[in-house]
Amino acid sequence: MLLLGGGVALALLWAPEDADQGISQRIFYIHVPVALTAYACFGWGAWKALRHLWTRGERYDLESYTAIHMGTIFGLLTLVTGSIWAKISWGVWWSWGERQLVLFLILFLFYSAYFMLRFSVDAGPARANLSAVYALFGVVLIPVSFLAIRLAENFIHPVVFTREGPQMAGSMFATFLVCLAGTLALAGALYSNELTGKRLDERLLELRELLA
Amino acid sequence: MAALARKDLLLELRGRETLPAMLLFVVAMLVAFRFALTGEQSDAAAGLLWVAILFTALLGLGRAFVPEREQGVLDGLVLAPCDRSAIWLGKLLATLAFLVLVELVALPAFALFFEPLSGQTIAAVALANVGICAVGTLLAAMAVAARARELLLPLLFLPLALPIVVGGVGATVAEDAGRYLGFLALYDLVFAILAWATFEYVVVE
Repeated sequence: MLLLGGGVALALLWAPEDADQGISQRIFYIHVPVALTAYACFGWGAWKALRHLWTRGERYDLESYTAIHMGTIFGLLTLVTGSIWAKISWGVWWSWGERQLVLFLILFLFYSAYFMLRFSVDAGPARANLSAVYALFGVVLIPVSFLAIRLAENFIHPVVFTREGPQMAGSMFATFLVCLAGTLALAGALYSNELTGKRLDERLLELRELLA
Repeated sequence: MAALARKDLLLELRGRETLPAMLLFVVAMLVAFRFALTGEQSDAAAGLLWVAILFTALLGLGRAFVPEREQGVLDGLVLAPCDRSAIWLGKLLATLAFLVLVELVALPAFALFFEPLSGQTIAAVALANVGICAVGTLLAAMAVAARARELLLPLLFLPLALPIVVGGVGATVAEDAGRYLGFLALYDLVFAILAWATFEYVVVE
């Protein structure tokens, strides 16, 4: 939280204003780290899913689920912040030309279906397997859809990270890094918190069954 | 491999149920699209062709594992002393055959109602079929294990099929279709490998 607070302060006070976009550019320090964190969560969830299929460890199922849960929340945040940014800089709430946002929309649909799948199968090894397979599909879908959107797009999205490295001033980049670390830490904290809660829930259920 | 052929045959026999439904559905859909479009919008028509193919495939896929589930065939197949991926491959081939048969009617109907088809469109359809069936077969096997199976399959399938729509429409509309066809081939390859590798976890009982 401290890291995130510091990042926001830096973003608002220290980093120089973008000559072209003015104050609205500052949402970049939230939008992009949140997006990257969502990717990290999805990746983590898929990794746990792979571990589950590999080792059949039961705890990986819950971990994968929690990570994807977090990823979906951060993905939704990305959609919202991106939409606000688009409204301010381009005057529209939604632009099909912005590839990251379109990708997040696809991913959001995909992972919503993941939850539908989980909720319509009874708990047990079958559900764990199905969820894990679907999570693996998700992480493959990310680059494939990215490629698809790239093929379909028209270019109006500002590309900041190019092959020559980040195209921004040092102080902006430092602020960005602090914000990224902050959101990652936040996601990590939420993840472990949620996981503890879910494990408690599970044990409570087991105890209840024992008593009943 | 013998199990594969047997399953295909079995499917053809019961196909009297699914195939006519798919055919009627796709033709009715194309007619509905004709009325939905006003004037000359050839690009929109190309997009609608892909929507029609996707939804028709969805209709067929929704039925793919239902008879097995109802009659408990799947349990027998899982217990059979063969690679479980063979079930996936057999189902894939059967669904693919259905889809190709439907398209043999649907594509000429599209050409008749809307506009003539180019070679690159047909190539794109052929490539997309493989991807649709590879992913769809796996997801159909997933969906039958769930409670709301008819409801679940489209939800699972459509986000994964969006890249196919992009590639397919691109190949239909664009002058230079090579990139889009390449993309479709890549999609087929990646998702076929993934589905083949993960199918055995889906049908474990």
